[in-house]
Amino acid sequence: MSSENFLAEKQFYNHLDFKDFFAHVTPQTVQQTLSKEHLTRKDFLVLLSPAAQDCLEEMAQRSRYETIKNFGYTMQLFTPMYIADYCDNLCVYCGFNHKNTISRRCLNMDEIKIEAANIAQTGLRNILILTGESQKYSPVDYILEAVQVLHDYFDSIAIEVYSFSQADYNRAVQAGVDGMTMFQECYNKKVYQSLHPGGPKANYEFRLDAPERACRAGMRNVNIGALLGLNEWREEAFFTGIHADYLQHKYKEVEIAVSTPRICPCSADYKPLSLVNDHDLVQYITALRIFLPRAGLTLSTREKPQMRDNLIKIGITKISGGVTVAVGGHTKGDDGGQFKISDERSIPQMAKMLYAQGYQPVYKDWQTLI
Amino acid sequence: MIQMMNDDKLIIGKKILKSRLLIGTGKFPNNKKMPAIIHAGDAAVVTVALRRANEHSQSENILDYIPDDVILMPNTSGARTADEAIRIAHLSKAMGCGDWIKIEVIADNRYLLPDNQETLKATQLLVKEGFTVLPYISPDLMTAKHLADAGAAAIMPLAAPIGSNRGLRTKELLKIIIDEIDLPIIVDAGIGKPSEAAECMELGAAAILTNTAVATANAPQQMAAAFSLAVKAGRIAFLAGMGRTSSIRASASSPLTGFLRKEAN
Repeated sequence: MSSENFLAEKQFYNHLDFKDFFAHVTPQTVQQTLSKEHLTRKDFLVLLSPAAQDCLEEMAQRSRYETIKNFGYTMQLFTPMYIADYCDNLCVYCGFNHKNTISRRCLNMDEIKIEAANIAQTGLRNILILTGESQKYSPVDYILEAVQVLHDYFDSIAIEVYSFSQADYNRAVQAGVDGMTMFQECYNKKVYQSLHPGGPKANYEFRLDAPERACRAGMRNVNIGALLGLNEWREEAFFTGIHADYLQHKYKEVEIAVSTPRICPCSADYKPLSLVNDHDLVQYITALRIFLPRAGLTLSTREKPQMRDNLIKIGITKISGGVTVAVGGHTKGDDGGQFKISDERSIPQMAKMLYAQGYQPVYKDWQTLI
Repeated sequence: MIQMMNDDKLIIGKKILKSRLLIGTGKFPNNKKMPAIIHAGDAAVVTVALRRANEHSQSENILDYIPDDVILMPNTSGARTADEAIRIAHLSKAMGCGDWIKIEVIADNRYLLPDNQETLKATQLLVKEGFTVLPYISPDLMTAKHLADAGAAAIMPLAAPIGSNRGLRTKELLKIIIDEIDLPIIVDAGIGKPSEAAECMELGAAAILTNTAVATANAPQQMAAAFSLAVKAGRIAFLAGMGRTSSIRASASSPLTGFLRKEAN
């Protein structure tokens, strides 16, 4: 039976001692786990253990098998569109931090149309819109007005904004928003609070419950994630995985996806608490895939081209291209933004790379029905 | 044998199908390769998820790669309710994709198992609107019966969960539906190997739909050809009438009915 919410579910693990658990995992335990058809949450944690680093090739092989079986040789393409970067939050690792003295913008509807037309020219029929959190500059009404404009250009609209109330998620779905991305950033509450000292985002529980509110509202796709580097990555990876498992079990009608972003340099002067190397990232992605064979796995331009080109073969199902993380960047070019991206390839360049690797790029995977 | 095959027509929605193999399109590595694969399998029907049809885009449209000599059967992949399936069917017709529609209503993203009740609702309405409806279901006799009563053109029960390649896991239930429902039964989903397709046909299935087994093969064209042959072989075997399979166990040395013979003596 499902818990009332993920906070309650997460409390089952309050006394889980990660170090002690990992100390008892041997390469044999990992091999036994890999031979299972269906993995439990405990099995998932085994695959996240330091001991499993010796089995990365086996994990990658199984992960590739599961991915191709479930998703075929196809890869969804997407691009983010930043429409406003005013923000009341004080996230210590983010370029949009309220205290950062950057030049800020909020696109009007005419500017949004131009951005949308530029993106649509690449062939993409889906869009992910992003804002900072500002009730003054980018309230829910502003976002939903933008959604109305974007229906003329796209068949599927997703939002990566701030946490909405239940009523506002209901309104968003009514307005034709079919996807939402919400990174908890950090599942460890104590660390979360130190990283988010002010602004509405300081409310850990309200953010943790946001994906579930979106599911309840009838959102088709919900994408979650932890920002790797903010806390010990294995703990964050575990809670992200069980959050996805919890949502997938409780809201069977919703397509649950997970992103695995590693923190990138930005205009905020923040030094990551934990380093997540390439081996760690491969371990995380393959463990997620083996644990949740049907979950989408999304990869952003926080990773370098060479890394991205390899990760698509071992578990990723959705990848970005033509990325700018600056407001209005699809019109006037990128002049900074939320963080520094590592892959500047356009949508056509990404499509060419995908074909070369034996994948069909998917520009459209849903048709708005409102 | 040739005469037997020539007289053996599969007719669905007033159309004579040129073969008993249907192919799905959701997992191929390159749309441009699809025509050759479809022809290698001699597929009669090709199903396309309308959610992927891309008529307004500057990028490619999957519908452009469906050969003219096959029947296009759009499907309602992504629909979670009858209402969504119905709206997708309407969009399909508006896009000029014809009046065939495969109803897929799936509100389970872990196993992708269909919602039979919502599928029935969508079928009832779309048949009334003039669509040729082929519903995809978990194999359940009563659902199949209600779908037949509603006017479905064929029934498409699954052999195993979509994409699993796990083979004929629902054999007993499929056999009951094949025996009891007077409509073509097309086994859809889960068939991983040509031999399993042949087995379905030997049971009396009217046709097979496959995607994953072909799309994820090392050589999809050859695999499509293998499925084509397997489906034909299975069909011929069914028409020929399967011989009785005897037990591998030896006869009992003391027969239970021996006393009857003694009495006769």
